[in-house]
Amino acid sequence: MGVRNACALGTSKFLGYNHGRLPSPVIRVGGEARPVSLEEAIERAAEILSKANYPAVYGFGSTSVEAITAALELAEGIGALADNVSTICHGPSLEAVQDIGEVTCTLGVVRHRADLIVYWGSNPVYSHPRHMIRYGPMAEGRFRKGRADRKLVVVDVRKTPTARLADFFLQIKPGTDYEVLSALRAYIKEIDLEVEEVGGIRIERIEELGELMMGCQFGVLFFGLGLTMSPGRHRNVEAALALVRDLNAWTKFAIVPMRGHFNVEGANAAFTWETGYPFGVDFSHGYPRYNPGETTFVDALNRGECDAALIVASDPISHLPKDSADKLMEIPTVVLDPHITPTTLVAHVAIPTAHVGIEAQGTAYRMDGVPLELKKLVDPPPGILTDEEVLRRIGRVVLGVSP
Amino acid sequence: MEGKAVLIKNGYVYDPLNNIHGDRMDIAIKDGMIVEDVRESEALIIDARDMLVVPGGVDIHSHIAGSKVNLGRLMRPEDHRRDYEPRAPGKRSGVGHTVPSTFATGYRYARMGYTTVFEPASPPLKQRHTHHELNEIPILDKACFPLVGDNWFVLDYLSRGDVEGCAAYIAWLLEATKGYALKIVNPGGIEAWGWGRNVASLDDQVPYFRITPREILRGLCRVNRLLRLPHTIHVHANGIGMPGNYRLVIETMEAVRDLEGCHGKPIIHITHCQFNSYGGESWLTLTSEAETVAKYVNRNSYVTIDLGQPIFADATTMTADGPFQYSLHLLTGAKWANADVEAETSAGIVPIRFRKRNRTNAIQWAIGLELALLIKDPWRVYLTTDHPNAGPFTAYPRVIAWLMSRRAREATMKGLHPMAMKRCILPSLDREYDFSEMVIITRAGTAKALGLKEKGHLGIGAHGDVAIYPLNPKSLDPSKDYKALRKGLRRTAYTIKGGIIVARDGTITAQPIGRTYWVKAPVRKELSQTVLKDVRARFRDYYTIQFENYALDDRHLALSAPIIVNPEV
Amino acid sequence: MEVILITGRSLSQGREKEGGKLSEAYRRAVAICELDPEDLEALGIKEGENVRVRTDFGSIVVKPIPSPQAPHRGVAFMPYGPWASMVMNSETHGTGMPTLKGLRATIEPTKEPVASLKELYSGRLR
Repeated sequence: MGVRNACALGTSKFLGYNHGRLPSPVIRVGGEARPVSLEEAIERAAEILSKANYPAVYGFGSTSVEAITAALELAEGIGALADNVSTICHGPSLEAVQDIGEVTCTLGVVRHRADLIVYWGSNPVYSHPRHMIRYGPMAEGRFRKGRADRKLVVVDVRKTPTARLADFFLQIKPGTDYEVLSALRAYIKEIDLEVEEVGGIRIERIEELGELMMGCQFGVLFFGLGLTMSPGRHRNVEAALALVRDLNAWTKFAIVPMRGHFNVEGANAAFTWETGYPFGVDFSHGYPRYNPGETTFVDALNRGECDAALIVASDPISHLPKDSADKLMEIPTVVLDPHITPTTLVAHVAIPTAHVGIEAQGTAYRMDGVPLELKKLVDPPPGILTDEEVLRRIGRVVLGVSP
Repeated sequence: MEGKAVLIKNGYVYDPLNNIHGDRMDIAIKDGMIVEDVRESEALIIDARDMLVVPGGVDIHSHIAGSKVNLGRLMRPEDHRRDYEPRAPGKRSGVGHTVPSTFATGYRYARMGYTTVFEPASPPLKQRHTHHELNEIPILDKACFPLVGDNWFVLDYLSRGDVEGCAAYIAWLLEATKGYALKIVNPGGIEAWGWGRNVASLDDQVPYFRITPREILRGLCRVNRLLRLPHTIHVHANGIGMPGNYRLVIETMEAVRDLEGCHGKPIIHITHCQFNSYGGESWLTLTSEAETVAKYVNRNSYVTIDLGQPIFADATTMTADGPFQYSLHLLTGAKWANADVEAETSAGIVPIRFRKRNRTNAIQWAIGLELALLIKDPWRVYLTTDHPNAGPFTAYPRVIAWLMSRRAREATMKGLHPMAMKRCILPSLDREYDFSEMVIITRAGTAKALGLKEKGHLGIGAHGDVAIYPLNPKSLDPSKDYKALRKGLRRTAYTIKGGIIVARDGTITAQPIGRTYWVKAPVRKELSQTVLKDVRARFRDYYTIQFENYALDDRHLALSAPIIVNPEV
Repeated sequence: MEVILITGRSLSQGREKEGGKLSEAYRRAVAICELDPEDLEALGIKEGENVRVRTDFGSIVVKPIPSPQAPHRGVAFMPYGPWASMVMNSETHGTGMPTLKGLRATIEPTKEPVASLKELYSGRLR
């Protein structure tokens, strides 16, 4: 059995989907994990969530939009803090869009029109292996025949495999994206910079990049988590958004964030259309409230405000900084995941669910907002339901239990 | 959908389609439909004495769902904080003043007595998203219009002169995206915007395509006729928002005049026409040319328009007109979002505020009202604020008050920029809409324009969608008491949808799932097969998804309601 | 040695996490630290030795790897995963996003072994 048309990550996903499965629902009591029936697990999950004062509902990187809206209904019902993985990913990008706006396009537009492609703090050879062939410099579009018709620019702190393919590579010092982006903005606005270098780069090189960007017919800036995670966070992204906006006075330019988890874009979309906000939504007052730093999962955990958590399709124990992960381990958690992960290992209730896109149908949104229906290819193991089904069952019990 | 039978007794009924203009009569609903009569013992009785009883509102153009609307929601957290819907038993929470979230949208329309709302601009590649949101909007019946004017397949077929091929493609597209009507925005200009450019006249060449805006309009108008679609082409004309653009909108209407045929029905709808009725050469010399546009509409019965009436408040502009939205950003300095969609269309969003003391805004306000007051046939002009572009839909009662009361207009005119009214004729217009006309431009006329035979009226066989307002049309003088009129129109005493009471004095009492209308236009088999073969072959040349993943099924709609038509081809 | 530490995706991290986070392949893919070869030499790391990465927030032992993306003297890279999480900063500065890139860290050679996933969490579990 093999996989065609997929990149290395996709191939692993399909070939490995059945490895390390959570075999059955599990309830952990006093360090001991006990396999239980689905009904018992759902009862216990409902009990934990409805008893909690301020539960969190978190995750949704790797599940369907249908499951996400089921989770939001539950979260609203229990007055929870609802957050999704963009909070540690492109959340700051979304915060920046709220301030500045965003000039963007779907991936096909890049393929057809772009003659200048910039990857900034993004290494698609590793993170999105087929990106460059399908939508980037190597793609063939209506107006661009391929690599020869396009220029590739890479800006990064290391000479990544993507950088090796670049026509123009800027290796900047870590944490200087804001300064370099601002220098570019200044150049485009014809403001003289009276320094020799910015971010470890000679000013002449920066001006050269500025010329490249202004002189193209259609430029696209793809950016990664280098901008969102460094000190400066959303301000770094604002600088990038503002640069692309400013470039539109000269030529056509767009910006596209390189989203990671396969449906984090769908999580942001569903959160926004139901609550008005893309992540970090607090329902404890009976209506959606949003204030990053206050109503975001990591902050709430750090301050010890959440006393229970429902985690769906995500592994925060692995990916949150140690202090936050420790806080998460102090509270009872209910975890839905197809696989065994450190998060399922520490859960009070762990419920195995079907792999969306392999064992379960569902909608996911591509990084550029194009919605796609993921298909069911095989049946899940017997007794294993989808995230959506489990969430709705928990919801039904909770609504019966809570006042 | 069906509940107990309902009998609405003793209300003052306005049902202009059936020639009822304020008669005191009963309305009976059974199994979700208006019937001749029901037995009182078997029905829920509603005492509508001294109240205004009208069909549920039908909004022909309101941006409520889809990727552009959602990007607008994302961009407006400051707008959401001001206005929220709390959770209640049987009711979901929500937010948003100009760009409400999905649940809030349904509740707010229902409270106001509207039961059918159409989303007028959806990018076909992302139409799955539009339906995700529409599915979640409670109560309302709805539909969406796919954007087709700059679609590469359309441009290819029309530039080759293959109107039948284009018709077959459009028929497929409507079914694949579960769309209702053909939306055309700044035809040719959006493809030009793919390069950061625009078009300035109907005869400009679209870059890299051998076609002009005129040819796109004419081609799609002919396609619309060939397919016998229930609504006309729905057109956001070139040149929107630019001083002097009234000439272009008249040219746009003129461009399809000879395609009318002899059936006498409209063949083109110009949406938010206020934004296209500007005279002058610059913002400094801006004047109203509503009179000229209205004269044209009066003389030509093949045209319908909707207003796009500005409200003096916050708004969020959002259209598929990428270049126009960019220019608005340059003009106002407000934050700007743009989202081009491969091979299809674009979208732009810029928050805005209409101010009384701003001369331009004041003139824009007057233009919308002038259009409504100068167009004689209320069946061809419809009330919209192009929500949320010129104002939120919750402001409709305010617009109605301006139309029904000269005093209301004068009160507002007092606070306007002093020079503004010199550029308009609004101060000299005496006309006041009556209740029948109000019902036509908000329900009866819009339902007719959309081809919805069971909406917008209260005749036998119509859907049991009724709005009962706490207003006595016999004792209330809307001209004098416009404040009471406005208040009464904000909140129904009862809103009934398919025979179920969904709102009562502002409280949501039920959330039935609404229908999603779409059009199925089966063309002759060989034509359809030829075109589909062609589309399949070229699909990956244009799109970055597979052909098989593009189309939606019935099961993707919460409640699919296809309307099947009988094309000429 | 003082470095700036960044965390991120790597191809093997992405590939191996699909095969199971408890696997040895996953640990080999993510319990590592990529350093500029010249920095590695300056550290004087012997064959089979590991490095201890220390920040203000924690410390962890991982396997040092000569970076295929050199030169980047003074910059260390660790793939996302439970090992990198041990040294990251949970402070979000009011943005919701903790500090996952651009941390100041020290690197020193060590003979200690790389912890298994179980060892990482034992003692922290209730």
